Amino acid sequence: METTRKKFNLRRFAIATLVLYIVFLIGPIVGLDVPAVYASIKSNPLQLVQFLIIGISNGAIIAIIALGYTMVYGIIELINFAHGDVYMIGVFTSLTVLSLTGTLESKDPAKIVFGLILALIVAIVFCAVLNATIERLAYRRLRNAPRLAPLISAIGMSFIIENIGLMWAAQAWLVPSFGTTGGASQKSFPDMLGILFTSLGWDVNLLASTGIALRLTIKDVMVIVLAVVLMVGLYLFVQRTRLGKAMRATAQNRDAAKMLGIDIDWVITATFLIGGGLAGAAGLMAGLYNNTAWWFMGFRAGLQSFTAAVLGGIGNIAGGMLGGFLIGLLASFSDGYLNARWTNALVFATLVLILLFRPTGLLGEQTGQKA
Amino acid sequence: MNKRLLALLSVLVLASMMLAACGTPATEAMTEEPAMTEAPAAGTEAPVASMGTLKIVSSLPMTGSSLTQTQTIVNAMQLRLEQANYKACGGAYDIEYEAWDDASAALGKWDPAVETENANKAAADSSIVAYLGTFNSGAAKLSIPILNAAGPLTMISPANTNPGLTKADKDLPGVTDSYYPSGIRNYSRVVAADDIQGKVAANFVKSLGATTVYILDDQELYGKGIADVFEATAKEIGLTVVGHEGIDPKAADYKALMTKISTSNGGAAPDAIYVGMVVDNNASQLLKDKVAIMGDNEGVKFVGPDGIQTQAFIDGAGADVAAGVYASVAGVPFEELPATGKQFKTDYEAKFGPLTEPYSVYGYETMSVALKAIEDVCAAGGDPTDRAAINSAVFAIKDFDGALGTWSFDANGDTSLTDMTFYQVKDGAYVSVGTFK
Repeated sequence: METTRKKFNLRRFAIATLVLYIVFLIGPIVGLDVPAVYASIKSNPLQLVQFLIIGISNGAIIAIIALGYTMVYGIIELINFAHGDVYMIGVFTSLTVLSLTGTLESKDPAKIVFGLILALIVAIVFCAVLNATIERLAYRRLRNAPRLAPLISAIGMSFIIENIGLMWAAQAWLVPSFGTTGGASQKSFPDMLGILFTSLGWDVNLLASTGIALRLTIKDVMVIVLAVVLMVGLYLFVQRTRLGKAMRATAQNRDAAKMLGIDIDWVITATFLIGGGLAGAAGLMAGLYNNTAWWFMGFRAGLQSFTAAVLGGIGNIAGGMLGGFLIGLLASFSDGYLNARWTNALVFATLVLILLFRPTGLLGEQTGQKA
Repeated sequence: MNKRLLALLSVLVLASMMLAACGTPATEAMTEEPAMTEAPAAGTEAPVASMGTLKIVSSLPMTGSSLTQTQTIVNAMQLRLEQANYKACGGAYDIEYEAWDDASAALGKWDPAVETENANKAAADSSIVAYLGTFNSGAAKLSIPILNAAGPLTMISPANTNPGLTKADKDLPGVTDSYYPSGIRNYSRVVAADDIQGKVAANFVKSLGATTVYILDDQELYGKGIADVFEATAKEIGLTVVGHEGIDPKAADYKALMTKISTSNGGAAPDAIYVGMVVDNNASQLLKDKVAIMGDNEGVKFVGPDGIQTQAFIDGAGADVAAGVYASVAGVPFEELPATGKQFKTDYEAKFGPLTEPYSVYGYETMSVALKAIEDVCAAGGDPTDRAAINSAVFAIKDFDGALGTWSFDANGDTSLTDMTFYQVKDGAYVSVGTFK
């Protein structure tokens, strides 16, 4: 007993030494100049708060998308690679709704608010149905097939949806600002919240009147508030409702749940519906926050969200949220204090490190027991 | 039974979606097909027995934001061929043209694997006598050695501007000689390189009244190359370079980076930001976040190279956000081109509609050079299917009276034209603000 513990500690010690060695070897290249970083924090402590705000806002979007990954993985142990692209479709759906309702040209606050709420609802519904359709078409028949089959099917769906986005971005009759340059290029998603606030005569920066040298814009507040509301709502739904209970039962043991009379197909469809709806909401949030619509944006978002889900413990809803915020903050601080070109390396190095010490993620996996 | 039917149906739907999806860019790229069929009918000369077919291919990124630029280049090349009736050497040879795509949907921009495949395909097809491309300098670096060992097959680029491709420079990473294993140069370009563009840009930024500048690049051969030249020149002429960083071209946003830059100059923002990048690498998003944090481009100037001088960049950022951005392009604006160049613009617009992309005329010129080389070989009694002969003829071109003006290639394959034009975004379009040397 004593020897195994010692061995274990020795291994941890070796890993920790290796990590420190790598940090000191690569750190200076990455821009990890501790005195310089300290000096820059000391000279401008408010900027630290600014990076925090940016990190949390970006993290909120990642977290919402991560929930879709983690829920699906929790229930059928499938990495739904098409999920990031469903989010991209959410961006295009909300932009199209805003265009067709004439909200994009409008300066009337009431009309803008109405347009945004309508866009949110349509994006949620459309993406929910899309995600459930993907499950029906591409995953359901492979549910009992070897694990790799639905995985490949998911990658295929991802490419199909990316190409739909590519075609969508070329439809200037839907959104005139798409222009004639084809679907491949990035499209502008107008800053509707900024326009709304300007039309009301308010400053976009909520802290402008306080004289504090910080930017807390309405966009940051909208993203964070909407994300928290959605997350709390989802958590309560899964913990308190009948369907939530059925979902947890299905995740734990599908066959036993079936024996107890739970309609497995419906539970899984519901999971995809909720995941897709969250992706749709994240789409509108990201469009309003970053003001870009691009057919390829789902790829990177999907990668980051999946990382967030794994970081927090896949299958674990609270873990997905935690992972999302963590990645957003890491990226923001790396951009701010280190070197922007190393941000991705840093994010993934952190993931590797955390998984080395906690292989099941920060809060632990919550998946079926058969694995 | 029903389930089987449903599965079959869904597979069919998927298949048709994929076909439709793949079909869009391909059909756009292949618009030369109808032109090819009408070419013989339009031929005015007496039919000469054809001695064979010479094939010319272009390899440009036609998936991704660059399509806005590359489509006009391909159109211009076709236009030039139509004017020659797809014939060369007095009708003795038919010219066939194919527009190849060196980008992939997986990357959304030029793909090293696809460009290498294109170069190998061209090397293996003996009917190909000229390889027109590439668009991105990083892609040229891959295909030059492959084509150099295949004849050499001549390669003429309408758009590569990285200096290291043709000339060795102590300041620039570019082991130029290793690109040409046969010892014979086979790569030329009709556009001036970035050792000129970067220098002119630094001087231009200084002339705007800026004293401090922050440099960002997309970490590609082209983007980092021009950013390095800019940095070196900026230091020489007394500009303070506050920082030089590579960005992640696929990041969702750059707000944190822009916040850092906004206080990088002793607590204030620098006077100008110079970006060495192409539009595919998230240039619009970078600008959007710059404007969100540091205000419009009248305050902190935003200046870039030819990689962002395209309508796609303005569309992506939005006309109000992009207003005031400066971008440079080698050559002179359409209004100042010689008669041949102006005629090109007229002919182009008659066939394809309004033209604003500056690289189109370089595409036209590239095809003109290829045709001229073929004609020269024929006139000298040579065999135009001989790749080495065509290549020598390209490098022998002197005082060429083309759409860009009268110019020559030097021994490195660089053009003698070194004018740079700066454009500024006004009302959602790039407008020329002056030509510099």
